[in-house]
Amino acid sequence: MGSRGRSPKGRGRPELNPETARAPGPGAERARRAVEAAWRIEWPRLVAGLTRLVGDIATAEELAQDALVAALEQWPGAGVPPNPGGWLMLTAKHRAVDRIRRDANFARKLELLGRQTQFEAAEPSAPEPGIADDLLRMIFTACHPVLTPPARAALTLRMVGGLTTTEIARAYLVPESTVAQRIVRAKRTIAAKRIPYEVPEGAELTARLDSVLEVVYLIFNEGYTATSGERWVRAELCEDALRLARTLAALLPQEPEAHALAALIELQASRTTARSAAGNGLVLLPDQDRSHWNRLYIQRGFAALARAHTLNRTHAREPGRYALQAAIAAVHAMAPSAEETDWRRIAGLYAMLAQRFPSPVVELNRAVAVAMVHGPAAGLELADAVAATGTLDDYHLLHAVRGDLLSRLGRDAEARTAFRRAAELTANETEREMLLARAR
Amino acid sequence: MRHMVLIRLDPGQAADGPSETLLADMNTLLEEMTKAGVLLDTAGLGVEDTVRIRQTGGAQTVLDGPFTESKEIIGGYCLLQTRSTEEAVEWASRFLRVHGPEWDLEVEVRKVEGGQN
Repeated sequence: MGSRGRSPKGRGRPELNPETARAPGPGAERARRAVEAAWRIEWPRLVAGLTRLVGDIATAEELAQDALVAALEQWPGAGVPPNPGGWLMLTAKHRAVDRIRRDANFARKLELLGRQTQFEAAEPSAPEPGIADDLLRMIFTACHPVLTPPARAALTLRMVGGLTTTEIARAYLVPESTVAQRIVRAKRTIAAKRIPYEVPEGAELTARLDSVLEVVYLIFNEGYTATSGERWVRAELCEDALRLARTLAALLPQEPEAHALAALIELQASRTTARSAAGNGLVLLPDQDRSHWNRLYIQRGFAALARAHTLNRTHAREPGRYALQAAIAAVHAMAPSAEETDWRRIAGLYAMLAQRFPSPVVELNRAVAVAMVHGPAAGLELADAVAATGTLDDYHLLHAVRGDLLSRLGRDAEARTAFRRAAELTANETEREMLLARAR
Repeated sequence: MRHMVLIRLDPGQAADGPSETLLADMNTLLEEMTKAGVLLDTAGLGVEDTVRIRQTGGAQTVLDGPFTESKEIIGGYCLLQTRSTEEAVEWASRFLRVHGPEWDLEVEVRKVEGGQN
């Protein structure tokens, strides 16, 4: 019980600290690793459950951290308890009660919130019935639209994904202090704006779910479209997003778009290996060795997409943006070779996407699909219409697509100009060389 | 990273099949693993009709089970995706923990090689 003073102060989940972890004996290292694993598994649920009890993420993190430090001290000797989550929650609740006794101010706050009775009524050793609800509350709070997108991503990875600040910083290739600051500010904003720690209902849920799904997808893309940095770290970020998407689909089994997002990410992740060449270059879809696509992820993607479709049909709903994007990814996944791709179906899906969720990028992708079906002239007409809006002037792929279509039409001079412009705009060195080669 | 958890047990122990309690506990655990986003695939493997085909010097020998070295029998598997090996080991250990003292079993946690996912 007396371990509070030894915990790293106010830093949220403790990083494994050799000083606290050191315990004599040959089994100590194994025990330390067991504790580390338990932390990774229990942290999100612990903090989510404690936040419900104390009403504040920062306090919940401190309590969870204290409980984890206690585990680090006791488990190596006493062994891992049969229900690690229950043990940690009970320990954290004891700390909270200690704190209430010590800290009159904290007690008054808790009483104001009417939560003290909950502490006493709680049956700590019983399995927590509300773990799923607690985690969902945490996801919806962490992804609240008042927070900036980077803050939402950082907070979600930490609170729901169980990543440390160091891990998030490494994944985003930003200094650790930046991530720490984002998280601190986000928590402050949540407190200041009195964002309720709850899962919204009805129309509000649908609206807020968009933000939740978007955050997970942005995290995936951050790893997937890596333009620099150590590739393996970015692949880990893709995996984190995959896990978050699966978690969301499992927590919201009735939400078609949660399954659709999981499907989209599984399908895209199935290509991760085939997508990068040995020389660190990017291998585009038509050139990928399809035998390197991960069949299990593809199957899981299909299953999740089927679930989304079934739910949509049951509720007579139109497919959402992730269902349509996943359907496009599924068409690619089904094609045994690039030549055998059902571009007609893809063009149709892009037409639906463009109609229901219009955006210049969707329109550009539609132009590529249309060119595959109806020839480069039809595609160029659509791409030129996008170019005329001026919204994608700085987007290298607009110029790359135009260059490709122009060259297929034999308009070589115009094609060269477009490729040169694309090369100027890309941040990826490999891509630039490829584009410059085509401009010659 | 992905890990294949191979579950070895003596099929003779499960003559009456797993108890209701074990099945319920197992379901809870699998649900937990699903909600944590770590469970990719899991299944039990049948013991009946087991066949081994061995190839030595280009010649194949077909061996029909059941086999007597019961400890060699893989009764099931879990494919997990976690951030660390320790995490996969902890999930595997939880799988063992839900089994009562009457069970004598072992899991082997193997990292899936190759690729980035």
